[in-house]
Amino acid sequence: MTDFPWLTTLAAVPLLGAVAVAALPQGRDLLAKQVALAVSLVPLAMTIWLALDFDANSKEMFQFTEFHEWIPQFGVSYSLGVDGIALVLIALATVLTPVCILASWHDVEQSAIGESRRSVKGYFALLLLLETFMVGVFAATDVFLFYVLFEAMLVPMYFIIGSYGGAQRSYAAVKFLLYSLVGGLLMLAAVIGLYVSSPGGPKAFLFENLLGTQLGTTTERLLFLGFFVAFAIKAPLWPVHTWLPDAAAEAPPGGAVLLVGVLDKVGTFGMIRFCLPLFPDAAKWATPVILTLAVIGILYGALLAIGQTDMKRLIAYTSISHFGFIVLGIFAMTTQGQSGSTLYMVNHGFSTAALFLIAGFLISRRGSRLIADFGGVQRVAPMLAGTFLVAGLSSLALPGLSSFVSEFLVLVGTFSRYEAAAVIATGGIILASLYILWMYQRTMTGEPNEHTSVFKDLNVREAWVVAPLLAVIIALGFYPKPLLDVINPAVARTMQQVGVTDPQPITPAAGTVSEGAGK
Amino acid sequence: MTAAVFDTPSIEYRQLLPILIVLGVALAGVLVEAFMGRRYRHETQLVLALGGLVAAFVAVVATAGDYAVVAEGSVAVDGPGLFLQGTILLLAIPGILTTAERSLDTGGPFAPSGSAMPGSQHERLLTATGVTQTEVFPLLMFAVGGMLLFPVSNDLLTMFVALEVLSLPLYLLCGLARRRRLLSQEASLKYFLLGSFSSAFFLYGVALLYGYAGTVRLSGIADAAGSNAGDETLLLTGTALVAVGLLFKVGAAPFHSWTPDVYQGAPTPITGFMAACTKVAAFGALLRVFYVALGGLAWEWQPILWGVAILTMVVGSVVALTQQDVKRMLAYSSIAHAGFVLVGLVATDSATKDGEILGVSSVLFYLLAYGFSTIGAFAVVTLVRDSAGEATHLSQWAGLAKRSPLTAAVFTFFLAAFAGIPLTSGFTAKFAVFRAAWTGGAWELVVIGVVMSAVAAFFYFRVVVLMFFSAPAPDGPTVVVPSPLTTAAIALGAGVTLLLGVWPTQVLDLAGRASQFVR
Repeated sequence: MTDFPWLTTLAAVPLLGAVAVAALPQGRDLLAKQVALAVSLVPLAMTIWLALDFDANSKEMFQFTEFHEWIPQFGVSYSLGVDGIALVLIALATVLTPVCILASWHDVEQSAIGESRRSVKGYFALLLLLETFMVGVFAATDVFLFYVLFEAMLVPMYFIIGSYGGAQRSYAAVKFLLYSLVGGLLMLAAVIGLYVSSPGGPKAFLFENLLGTQLGTTTERLLFLGFFVAFAIKAPLWPVHTWLPDAAAEAPPGGAVLLVGVLDKVGTFGMIRFCLPLFPDAAKWATPVILTLAVIGILYGALLAIGQTDMKRLIAYTSISHFGFIVLGIFAMTTQGQSGSTLYMVNHGFSTAALFLIAGFLISRRGSRLIADFGGVQRVAPMLAGTFLVAGLSSLALPGLSSFVSEFLVLVGTFSRYEAAAVIATGGIILASLYILWMYQRTMTGEPNEHTSVFKDLNVREAWVVAPLLAVIIALGFYPKPLLDVINPAVARTMQQVGVTDPQPITPAAGTVSEGAGK
Repeated sequence: MTAAVFDTPSIEYRQLLPILIVLGVALAGVLVEAFMGRRYRHETQLVLALGGLVAAFVAVVATAGDYAVVAEGSVAVDGPGLFLQGTILLLAIPGILTTAERSLDTGGPFAPSGSAMPGSQHERLLTATGVTQTEVFPLLMFAVGGMLLFPVSNDLLTMFVALEVLSLPLYLLCGLARRRRLLSQEASLKYFLLGSFSSAFFLYGVALLYGYAGTVRLSGIADAAGSNAGDETLLLTGTALVAVGLLFKVGAAPFHSWTPDVYQGAPTPITGFMAACTKVAAFGALLRVFYVALGGLAWEWQPILWGVAILTMVVGSVVALTQQDVKRMLAYSSIAHAGFVLVGLVATDSATKDGEILGVSSVLFYLLAYGFSTIGAFAVVTLVRDSAGEATHLSQWAGLAKRSPLTAAVFTFFLAAFAGIPLTSGFTAKFAVFRAAWTGGAWELVVIGVVMSAVAAFFYFRVVVLMFFSAPAPDGPTVVVPSPLTTAAIALGAGVTLLLGVWPTQVLDLAGRASQFVR
């Protein structure tokens, strides 16, 4: 195994699949879907193999590393590798892609509203192309390569939203692209600045070589801001979040899942991978402001979610609230906080995927995204309603479901250093139960209306979409240890790179308070 | 009485060979036009021109490394000069190919006879009989000859002669469009009047610099400036006036106002040729004047060029937002790009350890990358036609992807390169100039450049939205399938744009090694 380029293969398989799907003759829609699904299962199998082969306690920072020179004049190399954090996020992407492909089986045909038919194979080719970039961006250990993939990722998503989205799709696609490009270009400026300040040489952009670069205080802060703003827009953090509700609501359900579930994680991943270790002092300097923004985001996202009338927008706003938690945990600078945040990235991916996809099933049955158009679904389609409830409960962090573990870790980790922030953020949990349960109540309970009374329950395909997601949500709710075992060493290394240690817990005289890290 | 001794000047024919070949082919083209039978003229001219360009390119390659000041000191054959000559010749090949295209419009894109009055009986007769003169080929070759001389001129008078040799044929070519002849002639007249005006500025500047230094030789001016001899007012005024003349040719604000009108009115193949090759040649001359003659005065002119660079980027990007015509939009885009090139050019203080001057090498690379993208983009514009000729109004491009996905995809690729999306040459080029500027201490310029890139991305992607996400107009234009000539030009443009985005190592290396001037 040692020299085989696993990560390149992992990224290349979907790319080749995308080309193959796009090259199929027009009209062979079913074949295109089948090929796409089959191709997307290969990276999944490979990821499982990688995860089994991954040594969580390795001394090396990255495993499965690959290195090739790319543009030595710029100090750029093609360099891949994963640590625990990157591995779980790659796994998130490779699990969600086949699920989304299966969930989107009929979406393209159904979404054609009165105008010329849209290309079915194009949609599935774009999903596969997106998977390539998602794997690549988490696996990149060269800052320049990361930037390139970070930007390139926008293109397939832009076309997924713009070509296959709802009525406002072109507005949403442009807004998405512009926000991301502004962030990306600010990051580009910071990337150039980092390069010029670095020792240089043909491997200047390697993450390992950039660690510990001596920067002046002002330079470090400016570069940190360049990176951070890009990631904050991506994540998205209040107040640069406004593109997300539009993009997520207009995107087709499969696209929305990958957008919110995986693409946005690149933002929080970037904070923990690049912002903290590369600019530790600036990160500490900015922490108070970032924590404040995160807490505002938690409450603001939750409050706006409560007020939404559109199901997909509601889910998008819940995500803004949850991203607040993730950022909070990262910048709390404690082991529990950062482990919790990383776990949260995964859990949020799965619970949001379940919510978006089941909402997508509802929307395709009713032909409307408005909550008011639904009602009494649990009478006619109990499976549909039941799975929606479980996904929703996971989103509001019910104990026993996966999000609870991560949310708890984030709050504990934050409390040990920033008590006030943790206390206020806890309010977000209460609001979460309000927006989820109230949405459930309005859509699922009561008497079915004339449209919902004819709803069919989940069919086999839909059940296959939902089942793995719920299985993961429940399994990680009860037993998150395997994931935490992979994440914790990587987080410990990040903490070390930043140069912070956990605050000593202040124990009462009896000394009975126990740490809450994992079960 | 001794007889006056006449020293024969030494002419190094080998180093001058590229220029001589091109001018020779141009003269031969005139003879072909005069004596060759009409039936064979077009093909003969095409073969002659292409052959001449290829032969001249071979001559450039053969001269590589053999740097010297030749022709009694009036021509400097050195790294930047040869690189730019090679670039101009390579760019002229697709330029000639699109010029020779005749299957899109009956008789080709040029007026049957430039001397026939628009709409006159004579013109109708020529159109009816299908007679078209082919003087565009020798005119183009004369222009190319001037362009080859422009960046290697080692004294200001040679530079002025080159400027006129390249400009006069272009003035004529701009007025030769078959369709919309009045618009075309208007463009020609505007270009001629403003161009002569700027030539006058240049010439006056030359006179003042001569008055200061007692020589027009660039190195002589540098020596005089270094020894603080003479009247500094003359020096600074002369510098400013020469700069105005050159900045006019590159289309930098505030000397840009001719660009949109001329680009719109000129026959599209000529517009593409001008946008690519003129810019390369003029920036070459600008580099030489500022680095060789005025390098010691960098403190004096850098602030001015900073201002010009910022103004050019802002005007190009912001005004492009309001454009409704593809050609005008591309014109403003070319202004913005001139601004980006200037960002690299002002970085005089950017030599690396290996002796590469980043300010020069990044400009060389940028010009090559931009030239191929822009010539490809204009070639695509010639394909979108309706009954009145090219359909250049943006509204006519709505839904183009539905009619011709390939054309829309290729144009999107060029736009992505203009916007600087990674994996296109535009990104590599922008990275290079921004890196040079930051290394030279101009990080503020980098930040402004990055912000303007974001603004520019908006109008590029507005076109993408239009092509992909809008419904096609019922009586919209069609995409005409071109002959292999235009196809080859577009493929060349797209191929180089991709290559320089994905694997730019060799070219960057070449530009790096070619970044030093001889004096």
